[in-house]
Amino acid sequence: MTTWDRLLDLDRRWIFLGIALAVVIPIVTKYALPQGKPAPPTVAVYDYIDDLKPGDVVMIAFDYSPSSMPELQPQALAVVRHLFERDLRVLSVSLNPQGTALGREVLATIGDELGAVDGVDYVHLGFKPGGSQVILGMGESIEVVYPTTADGRKISGLPIMAGVRNYDDVALLIDFAAGNLPFAWIAYAGERYKQDIACGITAVMATDLYPYLQSDQIIGLINGLKGAAEYEYLMGLDPTEAPGMLGMSAQSIAHLLIIVLVIAGNIAYFASGRHRRR
Amino acid sequence: MKLQVPLLITFLAGVFMAVQFFVPHELGQTAFGELLNWGRIVAAFALVLGIQSLLRTHVEKIRRRRRDWPYSTVAIASFVMMVVIGIGFGSDRGSGFDWVFTHVQVPLDATMFSLLAFFIASAAFRTFRARSTEATLLLVAAVVVMLGRVPGSLIVVFGHSGAGEWLHTNMPDVSEWIMNFPSVAGKRGIIFGVALGSIATALRIMLGIERSHLGGGSGGGGDE
Repeated sequence: MTTWDRLLDLDRRWIFLGIALAVVIPIVTKYALPQGKPAPPTVAVYDYIDDLKPGDVVMIAFDYSPSSMPELQPQALAVVRHLFERDLRVLSVSLNPQGTALGREVLATIGDELGAVDGVDYVHLGFKPGGSQVILGMGESIEVVYPTTADGRKISGLPIMAGVRNYDDVALLIDFAAGNLPFAWIAYAGERYKQDIACGITAVMATDLYPYLQSDQIIGLINGLKGAAEYEYLMGLDPTEAPGMLGMSAQSIAHLLIIVLVIAGNIAYFASGRHRRR
Repeated sequence: MKLQVPLLITFLAGVFMAVQFFVPHELGQTAFGELLNWGRIVAAFALVLGIQSLLRTHVEKIRRRRRDWPYSTVAIASFVMMVVIGIGFGSDRGSGFDWVFTHVQVPLDATMFSLLAFFIASAAFRTFRARSTEATLLLVAAVVVMLGRVPGSLIVVFGHSGAGEWLHTNMPDVSEWIMNFPSVAGKRGIIFGVALGSIATALRIMLGIERSHLGGGSGGGGDE
């Protein structure tokens, strides 16, 4: 058995160990790699929010579950921080039952830190089943779909809801999602009610959303953990503390290892002559 | 009648929803709003059906002592526990429900998904081969996009040399170009195909050609 054959038959536990070390070491040591320049779709979201007037309403949809948290939670934390710093009013909803607790945590964490007041600066409306029906319903009346907040308060009496009836009163909708819900938001809130939409998505969804970005059906796109890191970079956050930038170091080393493995696997494949045995 | 009435309702509802989109008359919009309310109520019942299906599947598995049936007892016990905690003590921030979600559900779900990283790395090493021209193109595009997604890794390899800095600055642009043009071109073709297929399926359902939503068969025949 040649060296190439031995490499091709490498016990996969070595690969698992390599990936584990590539992820753990940068996180434990808080190793901060330099960020690349932010991608235009991320900058578009940042600029759009930066141009809104204080008091404008932004609706956030937390449509993801814990499995996508490593990519989407840093995005949500950074964007919500930006919204509160800009004194924008934040309404949040969730069409994913697990997203409602994650969204509430994001709003409460950043809200407590920046002194945003529940019911005045933000409100979490929570989960409703129905998907596209909920999206369409809020185009007619948010209060009909969500008569109460997630914790049971009537939304009609809340200061944050003053002058807010439907999408006409919402300056931007941001959907953080790991699934098909962005397409429902685009089709129903975007196309029917002409609601401006931005999306924060997992990296594997990017190819699905780029056509909508190119056709201006969404104003911008925060793409995976890299998008989160870019947003944090635009916000000027500390790279050794911000979860997106910190996570990007681990992701960078892990991706590099995967690329090395792919290249090494191909070299070994051809050098061992296995391509002729197919 | 059992067949004709649902087919008639499907046809009328389908035609109404298609027409009202283009006719912004107040009457149509009011009816549209009412139908949306109905839709949300029906969707809520789907949760009940889901719970019933979950319980039936696992109870049946336990009753017949099928393979790995003890896991079904864990599933049912977890379900009952969350319902009791949630309904009995609320699900607000800081509640018991929230504690279980944050300290059990979140780590379990995240752990399951993070295992993918290990398997993808292993699978990429073993199967991602430049066996043909198409596979080579795919491999090169994948490596370029991956490097563009993690430009910091180029600094690890090349340091802060001229080449390292140049790649660090420009690789994301190359990756962005691949995403914006070749990838979108292919994806848009797929989207058009799916959209035309969806329209065709909607028409088949409205016209009663596709009947699988009525239950009892795969539909598509009109053989009832």
